[in-house]
Amino acid sequence: MSAVIDSTHKGHGHAGHDHHHGPAKGLMRWVLTTNHKDIGTMYLWFSFAMFLLGGSFAMVIRAELFQPGLQIVQPEFFNQMTTMHGLIMVFGAVMPAFVGLANWMVPLMIGAPDMALPRMNNFSFWLLPAAFAIMISTLFSDGGGPNFGWTFYAPLSTTYAPESVTYFIFAVHLMGISSIMGGINIIATVLNLRAPGMTLMKMPLFVWTWLITAFLLIAVMPVLAGCVTMMLMDIHFGTSFFSAAGGGDPVLFQHVFWFFGHPEVYIMILPAFGAVSAIIPAFSRKPLFGYTSMVYATSSIAFLSFIVWAHHMFVVGIPLVGELFFMYATMLIAVPTGVKVFNWAATMWQGSLTFETPMLFAVAFVILFTIGGFSGLMLAMAPADYQYQDTYFVVAHFHYVLVPGAIFGIFASVYYWLPKWTGNMYDETLGKLHFWLSFVGMNLAFFPMHFVGLAGMPRRIPDYNLQFADFNMVSSIGAFMFGATQLFFLFIVIKCIRGGKPAGDKPWDGAEGLEWTLPSPAPYHTFQTPPDVK
Amino acid sequence: MMQRPRIWVGLLLWAVFSQAQAAWTVNMAPGATDVSRAVFDLHMITFWICVVIGVVVFGAMFWSMLIHRRSTGQQPAHFHESTTVEVLWTLIPLVILVVIAIPATKTLIDIYDTTESELDIQITGYQWKWHYKYLGQDVEFFSNLATPQSQIHNQEPKSENYLLEVDNPLVVPVGTKVRFLITGADVIHSWWVPALAVKKDAIPGFVNESWTRIDQPGVYRGQCTELCGKDHGFMPIVVDARSKEDFAKWLAARKDEALQLKELTSKEWTREELMARGEKTYQTTCAACHQAEGQGLPPMFPALKGSKIATGPKEGHLGLVFNGKPGTAMAAFGKQLSEVDIAAVITYERNAWGNAMNDMVTPKDVLAFKQAQE
Repeated sequence: MSAVIDSTHKGHGHAGHDHHHGPAKGLMRWVLTTNHKDIGTMYLWFSFAMFLLGGSFAMVIRAELFQPGLQIVQPEFFNQMTTMHGLIMVFGAVMPAFVGLANWMVPLMIGAPDMALPRMNNFSFWLLPAAFAIMISTLFSDGGGPNFGWTFYAPLSTTYAPESVTYFIFAVHLMGISSIMGGINIIATVLNLRAPGMTLMKMPLFVWTWLITAFLLIAVMPVLAGCVTMMLMDIHFGTSFFSAAGGGDPVLFQHVFWFFGHPEVYIMILPAFGAVSAIIPAFSRKPLFGYTSMVYATSSIAFLSFIVWAHHMFVVGIPLVGELFFMYATMLIAVPTGVKVFNWAATMWQGSLTFETPMLFAVAFVILFTIGGFSGLMLAMAPADYQYQDTYFVVAHFHYVLVPGAIFGIFASVYYWLPKWTGNMYDETLGKLHFWLSFVGMNLAFFPMHFVGLAGMPRRIPDYNLQFADFNMVSSIGAFMFGATQLFFLFIVIKCIRGGKPAGDKPWDGAEGLEWTLPSPAPYHTFQTPPDVK
Repeated sequence: MMQRPRIWVGLLLWAVFSQAQAAWTVNMAPGATDVSRAVFDLHMITFWICVVIGVVVFGAMFWSMLIHRRSTGQQPAHFHESTTVEVLWTLIPLVILVVIAIPATKTLIDIYDTTESELDIQITGYQWKWHYKYLGQDVEFFSNLATPQSQIHNQEPKSENYLLEVDNPLVVPVGTKVRFLITGADVIHSWWVPALAVKKDAIPGFVNESWTRIDQPGVYRGQCTELCGKDHGFMPIVVDARSKEDFAKWLAARKDEALQLKELTSKEWTREELMARGEKTYQTTCAACHQAEGQGLPPMFPALKGSKIATGPKEGHLGLVFNGKPGTAMAAFGKQLSEVDIAAVITYERNAWGNAMNDMVTPKDVLAFKQAQE
């Protein structure tokens, strides 16, 4: 395979010397680029910037909750912080980070020269900074930014919303268009540009999980767009989709929102499943256990994600039969998810394990994501959910699946592929330090939230009774620790880009896949002649 | 006599310890009703099943991490599938799920059985307070946060029931099946009392049902659990469960009060009396948005101090308070407050914080306004 690459790019050196095929110079390189690696890089940097911004909003929240009483912010600003924290983390940090990883890695993993639709790729990235500029600017407007929670339930987000809600709706439309185009691009790439011999059942799991995620994206982002459009009509054009006074139905909003929202949570986790399924075998030096069942489990999870939405609505007054249906369907998700966890554990079993930073993050991913899965199973029990719904127990649950789930999955991926992207090894000692600080900080921040939730603390409140004070202080300390640690991550990445031990083609001896047949850093153009996959 | 100090030290230690325990609570409480105990049992069963699965799976992973390390000279095995194992670990979880689904279904059916109630109470969520109406009893009232602003803003030490105390708790009889009809007046709220395991969304345009039967007299506290705007964190719920006799006495007293309030409307009021009553009403009803000193929180919540309305014609002021301003957070208080309270609060707003109109609106004016509107 490498012989094929050599014929286009004189050896394993830097392909940038080839002026006709190298990147353009200056700012316009980034504005006009259609190169999947450039676009992937921009997605990753953008998402990291959003991660820090959304994280700083979380710091404001945790600072206010450090002690009972109102100290730092007033309730109306607190609500803007919880809302923007959620929106930015979901749409600005996690989703674009996975799209960035897909841009970089999917063509390299399937032996494609680029994404199938490179110009659309450029457009779908550049929509994002525009969308977030609009959304963040609302914080400075009269009446403040969105303050109705990232779930923006009507009528709080329609009749009772600040005027900036219209900008918020427009921003969500732009993000949706961007995601749909990104999804189409990945499907087109995976289905059309695979190298000869790369059958579907030979694809790395990261490609599989992203293919399934892409289908989820094009299925549900239009639903979200419909939802915000109905809001727009209610606010400005006198309709009453969600207003009971005009014959509409506020609960309809929640059905539509969660029909988008539940698949959305799998959009944020499936690509991480894929990345971890590459990393654990690499550092266990043993093939992934149950590849086929992994593919089927991922597909089952994706299918089930469409028929469980109302488990977010157990207390809105759904009839008994509906409640039972959604309870059983939700409990079923535990089966394919369990299969995945068991497969990862079996992959490690009798391997030859080492614990470089990607592996540390991947193992923590499996354990902590499973803890989030356990609380998910508890939440699935409708009668028990009456006690959990909208408390800090839910906050603990979804942060356990999103922080050590999605975010640790992204960290693991970045450390795993950073040598391929930069040509340099990152500093292993610093990487491990980043892991341990994140691990301790994250557990300190989110584990006590289970306790205060069970003791009766509702979510989205700026102040609380004294009985919740101790654990909230612990949570805040953990959150500050986790937050500060991510600046350290920025330092590690920059240090790695600027230099470090040369990575070589394949820095991980147990790694498998086409990306490791390429030189590091990966040349600007790769697989212009497809490799032959046996 | 020598024993005394030791007893005191012991008591002090106990007090500190028990308080510390309360503050470091890690689990749900079993609660005060059959339903809440069933829910608690379900919670614990599911929790322990998760713990067992966790011990097995994480145990295997930690075993690998300790024993199957390269540094111990471990050579990797090559197996990568086993149909038997994979079928087993699909079926076993499925069986476990069926086992826990059975008690969950039973409890859920019980929770949904709102028939044969002995007392019906309509609960309405408002921004940011609860309204309770005893159906067929002619008793209804609002329940507002009773924690003073000075505690919230750290000017005074916080009391034990900080943010979990109200002016008028919901009083219910013990040993009685009480049905709640829950709805919302503006946005969606959610009525939750953990000890009763009752949580139901209060949705404008919908009436949701729930029920409880409390065994023991006691005070049970909860909070709104659906984000409903600025003061979502400041609309607690207090349920005061009393013996059937005490409840009957309370209900009779409440009915008397309602009659007296009607008489108050026809009484001749002085401005000073109205000012005194109006200040109280203002602090519980208006200060959350317009602030304690009438300075407001522009642009969402306008100032009343020196405002055109509060220093303009009485009729305009009365109309705005009575009918609210559609499309804003300003509710139609004509439906929420008595004539006396509307008259008092308007009089207060026109004569407080430097607004010196030197006039007054009497309950009779409000009644006349009301009748003119109808």
